[in-house]
Amino acid sequence: MKTLIKNTILFGIMLMLLVTVGIFQSWNVALAILNLCLISAIMTMGVNIQWGYAGLFNAGVMGFTALGGIAAVVISIPPVQSAWLAGGSRAMLGLLIGVISIFLVVVVWKKTAKLGRIRYWLTALMVIGGYALMRMVIDPAIEAIEAIEPAKTGFLGGFGLPVIFSWIVGGAFAASVAWVVGRVSLGLRSDYLAIATLGISEIIIYFLKYEEWLTRGVKNVNGIPRPVPYEIDLQKTLWLQEWAERFEMPVIELSSIIVKISYASLFITVLLVIFYLSETALKSPWGRMMRAIRDNETAANAMGKNVTWRHLQVFVLGSAVVGMAGAMLTTLDGQFTPASYQPMRFTFLVWVMVIVGGSGNNLGSVLGGFVIWFFWIEAEPIGLALMNFITSGMSQENPLRIHLLENAAHMRLMTMGLVLLLTLRFAPKGLIPEVKR
Amino acid sequence: MIDLLNSLALICNFVIVPGLAYGSQLALGALGVTLVYGVLRFSNFAHGELMSFGAMITILGTWALQNHGISFGSLPTALLAMPLGMVLTIGLCLVTDRFVFRYYRVKRASPVTFMIVSVGVMFLISGLIRFIIGPNDQSFNDGTRFIMKARAFKEMTGLSEGLAIKTSQGVTVMTAFVIVIFLFWFLNRTRTGKSMRAYSDNEDLALLSGINPERVVMIAWIITGILATVAGTLYGLDKSYKPFTFLQLLLPIFASAIVGGVGNPIGAIAGGFVIAFSELMVTFAYKKVAAYLLPYNLVPDGLLQLLSTDYKFSVSFMILIIVLLVKPTGIFSGKTL
Amino acid sequence: MTFLIGKNMTGGYGGANILNSCTIGAEKGEITVVVGPNGAGKSTAMKAMFGMLQLSVGEVLMEGAEISKLKPQERVHKGMSFVPQNNNVFTSMTVEENLEMGAFIRRDEFSDTMSQVFDLFPILKEKRKQPAGELSGGQRQQVAVGRALMTSPKVLMLDEPTAGVSPIVMDELFDRVIDVARSGIAILMVEQNAKQALSIADQGYVLVQGSNRYTDTGAALLENTEVRKAFLGG
Repeated sequence: MKTLIKNTILFGIMLMLLVTVGIFQSWNVALAILNLCLISAIMTMGVNIQWGYAGLFNAGVMGFTALGGIAAVVISIPPVQSAWLAGGSRAMLGLLIGVISIFLVVVVWKKTAKLGRIRYWLTALMVIGGYALMRMVIDPAIEAIEAIEPAKTGFLGGFGLPVIFSWIVGGAFAASVAWVVGRVSLGLRSDYLAIATLGISEIIIYFLKYEEWLTRGVKNVNGIPRPVPYEIDLQKTLWLQEWAERFEMPVIELSSIIVKISYASLFITVLLVIFYLSETALKSPWGRMMRAIRDNETAANAMGKNVTWRHLQVFVLGSAVVGMAGAMLTTLDGQFTPASYQPMRFTFLVWVMVIVGGSGNNLGSVLGGFVIWFFWIEAEPIGLALMNFITSGMSQENPLRIHLLENAAHMRLMTMGLVLLLTLRFAPKGLIPEVKR
Repeated sequence: MIDLLNSLALICNFVIVPGLAYGSQLALGALGVTLVYGVLRFSNFAHGELMSFGAMITILGTWALQNHGISFGSLPTALLAMPLGMVLTIGLCLVTDRFVFRYYRVKRASPVTFMIVSVGVMFLISGLIRFIIGPNDQSFNDGTRFIMKARAFKEMTGLSEGLAIKTSQGVTVMTAFVIVIFLFWFLNRTRTGKSMRAYSDNEDLALLSGINPERVVMIAWIITGILATVAGTLYGLDKSYKPFTFLQLLLPIFASAIVGGVGNPIGAIAGGFVIAFSELMVTFAYKKVAAYLLPYNLVPDGLLQLLSTDYKFSVSFMILIIVLLVKPTGIFSGKTL
Repeated sequence: MTFLIGKNMTGGYGGANILNSCTIGAEKGEITVVVGPNGAGKSTAMKAMFGMLQLSVGEVLMEGAEISKLKPQERVHKGMSFVPQNNNVFTSMTVEENLEMGAFIRRDEFSDTMSQVFDLFPILKEKRKQPAGELSGGQRQQVAVGRALMTSPKVLMLDEPTAGVSPIVMDELFDRVIDVARSGIAILMVEQNAKQALSIADQGYVLVQGSNRYTDTGAALLENTEVRKAFLGG
């Protein structure tokens, strides 16, 4: 009962903070923050599934988020006909060759265990051969595709399906990559998973930045279709204009708020579904076993539980959730910007959310997502105000003052680091500790 | 014959010389990581930021020296400022150990906990650096730019391909060489160095032999601070100093340490060069070499580049994955946790 | 006065008590052996005397002075040396370096001690530059004991030194132990191979469930019919 009260109070405070922003800054800002809080909460739940259930340190959250983002592009952008004609089929052939080569290599590797040294040479040969073949087929196709109207398109486009599908597809993309990474690095030391995930996320981002024929690279993809109405369309409707009069609000502002609320309701639905599924899994026999493994891996191993396989399951599931959040994020942004995927902003900020919220605990993840995101965003205006206050005694030209004001934004990084360290040291269970079952 | 020499010059200029320099930088970085791993038993995600911090202090010192008209002749002034960088970075290491890591050491926390804590430290130092010096590119290289200019080489040898050796590359290799020699002398010939190796090998037995663990830890951090400062400064001199590059460098550095065998200093050095040369060789455009060596009509149209330069970091990742699949303990069989 | 004695030791690793008022003593120049069934607390008793676990009751005295409060490293400085059962060498370091590490706390010249160790274990001299991890099990035990001897200790504690070695190697090891004892060092040894160990023991302690059951000279214990029936296979 006490925990229920405490949790309610914590969430209540969070709500109050948002309302305060709404009153003092604007409702639009508050709702924008809310939407990102919701997405952060989902992301945090995904990472928490990996950390809280299995003690896995995923240092590559950024990459999995980006995979979700590209899913949004691939699913919802209409195909660019001219690009497909120029080289689409050839490019697909090239990719197919690549995939088949990998498949063949894996099969050959498994079946030639007896051959000893020859096996390595054979595999190396196949890898090089397959890669060379793929490049020969695909390179001219890529050139042709990128040559089509590079300023506007220069890429293949997508399937033109409703963008909500992309949320699931984003999860699937992330899950498949997670499966591969997990197979290679789980069952080895814990650091290896961290470094492998760090690496794979960098590669994913590079891939998305430089394979322009798929993603437009750094030219970004704009105008991603939406699941909710556009403000401009809303402003034209009669009922909106009536409401605007009734609430004494400008039409533009009201339309913006309504759009944000629509997004929020979609996100809340997804959040609740994932939360429900997570909690059910946690309380199930599967969940109990996962926690038993986490608490005493050696004993679990001795009992015959295949720990690595279970870890893989958890890793894949968690990544899928992160991927879904990534797709939702890109949908909200309306554009896909590879350069925006920064490790600090994604991977490490999410980890602060997990730890501060309370690891191993879905409710904690949600709260952590909300709290940390809120402070990350508000830290800039608050930090600036603080800096101004501190330096108010100095003259305008004082170089120290100028320097401090310019770099106030970087205080955010330091503050987050400090928050993480202090939480780990003094409140390692987080705001909402895991309930002992 | 002259074609062969030309292609050799080409490869030297674009692969061998940069590879030696980059490899030295990675080796120094990997040595720091591997040392912390061996003695403190965790992967320090904050190592990149330590390098950045050391370089930053050195840069500030270099600017101060340059403002006072002090220089180092044809060598970069930064070398004079480096000791200051080392001292302050060592200080940072010791302070972080005392106030952050030691608690978890005493508590015997799991390696994953240490990693997450090091992420927090990374955040903190990263923010601190940006706060002090800002996020932009900083240049601080001075002194003669080239030991050997491309044009001079062409004149000397009569070849059509030039070979340029930058002072920073020469300085890197020489400094790295000196430091490595010193480190190996320390680890293999001094009582304190041996005690560190013993502690890294078997902690309990080391304690039974009367070795003081806190002292070993302190020395490990001191050496790490020195290595990080040198690696960061040399990298900054050779390429450029931008605070966020050091986060990206974490991957090749960790890969070097793992590929060579974590916890093993020789492994770290070998790994550094393996990664550096692989990166360069895989992203090098062999077209010109082919043009020299093959008859005219056999030369293909494309660049003959295995992977585009944009993907150079993925090379270290792929090598890492291969090593993890084939021989996880690395070339020189390091430790497993 | 017994040179080294742990009196009425009671304690454990945190939960239930493993030792129940057990007393073990060792004299200079003598070999003291502790035997007993599995789980009797033999290793625990010795570890308690070295300070590796807290005693809730009891005390440890060396040369009459109480050392119960000292940490293991401090007891090393007092002249105790401990050879663990497992992981008792630095596998990545050479034999010679292992011995150097053994002498870590010594500030004086220790090459004499090293020669003595080489005299005692000639094979170590031969393999001095080899990494200890590459040696056979028996040779590793020699390195382990050699390492412990480098402090010129007053007391040498051995935790099941012949665990997992062949009978020939065991005999050789016990011969060495006798040599070491003859040089004036007190030897305290926990052993599973009770019969062989007691045959070289000046003093023997049989522990059962953390308490003393039989205490006598080695020879006497070997003759004791009850001891023979229970632990020595008749």
